[in-house]
Amino acid sequence: MSYRSDTTLWILQRVSAAVLALCVAVHLFTIVYAVRGGLSAAEILARTKGNQAWLAFYSIFVLAVAVHAPIGLRAVAAEWLGWRGRSRDACAFLFAALLAWMGMRAVLAVFA
Amino acid sequence: MSRHVALAHRISGIALALFLPLHFWALGLGLQMDGFLAWTEQPLVKAAEWGLVVLLAAHFGCGLRVLAIEFLDWHEWQKSLAAAAAALVLAAGLAFALAL
Repeated sequence: MSYRSDTTLWILQRVSAAVLALCVAVHLFTIVYAVRGGLSAAEILARTKGNQAWLAFYSIFVLAVAVHAPIGLRAVAAEWLGWRGRSRDACAFLFAALLAWMGMRAVLAVFA
Repeated sequence: MSRHVALAHRISGIALALFLPLHFWALGLGLQMDGFLAWTEQPLVKAAEWGLVVLLAAHFGCGLRVLAIEFLDWHEWQKSLAAAAAALVLAAGLAFALAL
């Protein structure tokens, strides 16, 4: 990867971090609110199914995570494992695709 | 202090990244989720959930610190930002423990 690509990834990492800062703040409140009194699938889905606003919110959350996490792991791979080059970039990209696919599948199962 | 916060940021990030596929898989089960939720009632799993919330709050707090240092140029606030990150983790950990 060139310096230019690394710079692009750095910017993407920061932009996604800013989006995630907002998402995680909301998510932390949601978690604490949701677990009070225990969880059941019916109770969760009754609240979430068909809710377009939360569907949009969690879709953005998932996509920001799919950008953010692989770039972070990619940097850790280089600094801690000395793993650089195309194999590392390919794995990071595959992880991004996996997170986006599994994440959107989860969002649709809960909110669509 | 800053080095410890940076290390906490990194380790919490790795742990969260590894947890995410499992999280998404469980939520993707939809209506069949109850079997999974029953499994999460075990004390050890509850403790792990608490750990995950704390990891998320830690990564969030440490990340806000990085953004503040890089974009707001708050270099002289290093210690205060680290303390704020720690306070945030404590608050989230307590709130989740009380809600459980």
